[in-house]
Amino acid sequence: MNLSNPVIDNPIMLPPEKIQRLVGYGLRQNGDGYLYRPTSVDEIRRVLDLARQSGRKVVLRGAGRSYGDANVGSECVIIDINRMNRVLSWDAQNGIIDCESGVTIEALWRTTIEDGYWPPVVSGTMYPTLGGALAMNIHGKNSFKVGTLGEQVIELDVLFPTGELLTLMPGDELFYAVVSSAGLLGIITRAKLKMKRIHSGNLKVLAVSCANWDEQFAVFNRYEHDADYLVSWIDCFGKGSGVGRGQIHAAWYVNEASQYPSSLWPDNQDLPDSIMGVFPKSSMWLILKQFNNRPGMRFINYAKHTASKLLGNGKEHEQSLVGFSFLLDYVPNWRKAYLPGGFIQYQSFVPREHAKEVFSQQIALQRDVKLESFLGVFKLHKPDKFLFSHAVDGYSLALDFKVTRKNWSRLEKLCHRMNDVVLQAGGRFYFAKDSTLRPSDVRAYLGEDALNRFRKFRAEHDPEGILSTDLARRLDLI
Amino acid sequence: MPNYRYAIVVGASSGIGAEIVRQLAKQGCRVAAVARRADRLNGLASEFPTLVFPFEHDVTHYDEVPRLFQNITGQLGGLDLIIYAAGVMPAVGASEFDFAKDREMIDVNLLGAIAWLDQAAVRFQNTKSGSIVGIGSVAGDRGRVGQPVYNTSKAALATYLEALRNRLCRHGVKVVTIKPGPTATEMTAHLHSSGMMPASDVASFVIRKSGRTGEHYVKFTHRLAFFIIRHFPSWLFRKLSV
Repeated sequence: MNLSNPVIDNPIMLPPEKIQRLVGYGLRQNGDGYLYRPTSVDEIRRVLDLARQSGRKVVLRGAGRSYGDANVGSECVIIDINRMNRVLSWDAQNGIIDCESGVTIEALWRTTIEDGYWPPVVSGTMYPTLGGALAMNIHGKNSFKVGTLGEQVIELDVLFPTGELLTLMPGDELFYAVVSSAGLLGIITRAKLKMKRIHSGNLKVLAVSCANWDEQFAVFNRYEHDADYLVSWIDCFGKGSGVGRGQIHAAWYVNEASQYPSSLWPDNQDLPDSIMGVFPKSSMWLILKQFNNRPGMRFINYAKHTASKLLGNGKEHEQSLVGFSFLLDYVPNWRKAYLPGGFIQYQSFVPREHAKEVFSQQIALQRDVKLESFLGVFKLHKPDKFLFSHAVDGYSLALDFKVTRKNWSRLEKLCHRMNDVVLQAGGRFYFAKDSTLRPSDVRAYLGEDALNRFRKFRAEHDPEGILSTDLARRLDLI
Repeated sequence: MPNYRYAIVVGASSGIGAEIVRQLAKQGCRVAAVARRADRLNGLASEFPTLVFPFEHDVTHYDEVPRLFQNITGQLGGLDLIIYAAGVMPAVGASEFDFAKDREMIDVNLLGAIAWLDQAAVRFQNTKSGSIVGIGSVAGDRGRVGQPVYNTSKAALATYLEALRNRLCRHGVKVVTIKPGPTATEMTAHLHSSGMMPASDVASFVIRKSGRTGEHYVKFTHRLAFFIIRHFPSWLFRKLSV
């Protein structure tokens, strides 16, 4: 092996104090990169040049809400767009908002709600940036009805590593590639969106307890043409006839009699900082941590399922849009309960006709190796035409798995077995949630045609192949 | 045993450093082996072609260090652990005062360590992770007649590492001083002593303790003996001619 020559290998040095450890949302995957937080398109160009001169790859990062390694790049230059967070214009007459890509979902709703508008698609946490959310093409609990965030976009500005800044619109082939490409084609710097008109800051929510998968699918079938939102919590510890048990929440937008309902004031949407006004939520994760093991979570899931049968089953109640939408923000620092090993989220998307069989098998596989997911979330989707689409005409099941040094190899094997089941059923996966896919899985679900088109776009718009992530390297995408 | 993914070992061509490289590579860790002697490094790299990356470098070329450090971390893909194992101990006569030899010991044993470990300190302070290990010596516990400047270099190294430890512990960084006793290496060959510890045993101890911040003697007997020696009154110690 030849000895490396530092003078040739490293033409210019990056400032050592720029290095930071960046962690995926699951607190498991991390990487140390040189962090830059530009405030303008010109600054992004300068950072790209710097990366080029130092021989480093560039990783794009929004709020770091992708669970795995999609926002992490070891030894790369990291472009974090959080400081490009200006709302450029807000047209309250037509509900059109024009923003820099570092604007968060929180900033979106806080800007628009008092004029009677709500983001048409939101994730389970309000902190993702628009740029990150579009790069991954997030979906919400209304995915079956309105599709993904990319479908709500009017236009996007995208800066490519070649230095070209293009405005892309639905209908452009490149638009459908950049949105969903996990930050591997270009840097979204601006987005214009159409917001959803609302007449109240509250939703009408119906809670339905389900004893098994049959009931889950029956309730989804009953409400999918009517409800605005549908989501179900699944107890993955259910056995026998109780496999798939859980609680569905269906929700509808409501009209309030008042022309200026108080629920539309942002302050009235804020999540409370204590439970029942007494117990501070800031300490909740410490209690949660004591239960964050197999027996503890079996008990919590059982208790929740029992409560869902006894309390409010089949009854409607009103809930704020923020309270209903952003469950992940409800308990501050809940992710710390998974430390030191963190957790992974595993989400697969399966066509309708195979969903019950695939998800039943996934739960059986978990039980076989005693690695039941501590939380399951079940949703309905509709297909879209984005290049790296995760969506199907069918259902998804998102599963949270605690990671420890001891269980990792078993957990990885379990995920691979679950992947095989999903692929046999023609299912898909989602890069924002991935930690365990293999390159062959990606080739199988995306198909060679999509991957070839992706490579063609990269050759045109990032010919040096400067954009990268640990996920892209792991999955042989670049 | 800590599980590292990326490590730098400075002073890797022989002795404890080379053994540390081998043992880390056996655990699957990607290791940058840094030393002056290219032929030795190539030999080491050929034992673990996918895991050991040789970098030829003279630790007294301090100006090269920042760029080389960044280059190495880039090529490794990260950094969890740095071990400074470079050291020299030329034979010094009982009444010899040779500034060239003395300076070499300070340059290699102390200033080289500071040049490398400062780089690691900046990085780990920011990433709030990582282990910094310096191979000190029981010889640094007391000024002795045989090796005045070797003693000085190791005492200064121990003090520097203690200061790093105090600075960096609040950032979650581990700083470890290992104080081996007499170890059978090329450096100590001229001493012709018996009863030396094998370098592989010391290397394994270094890796085992690398995640435990603090100062570690390899043997309990060393800890006890040097506790006593450290507390010997100076007026009495000087009469012992040790």
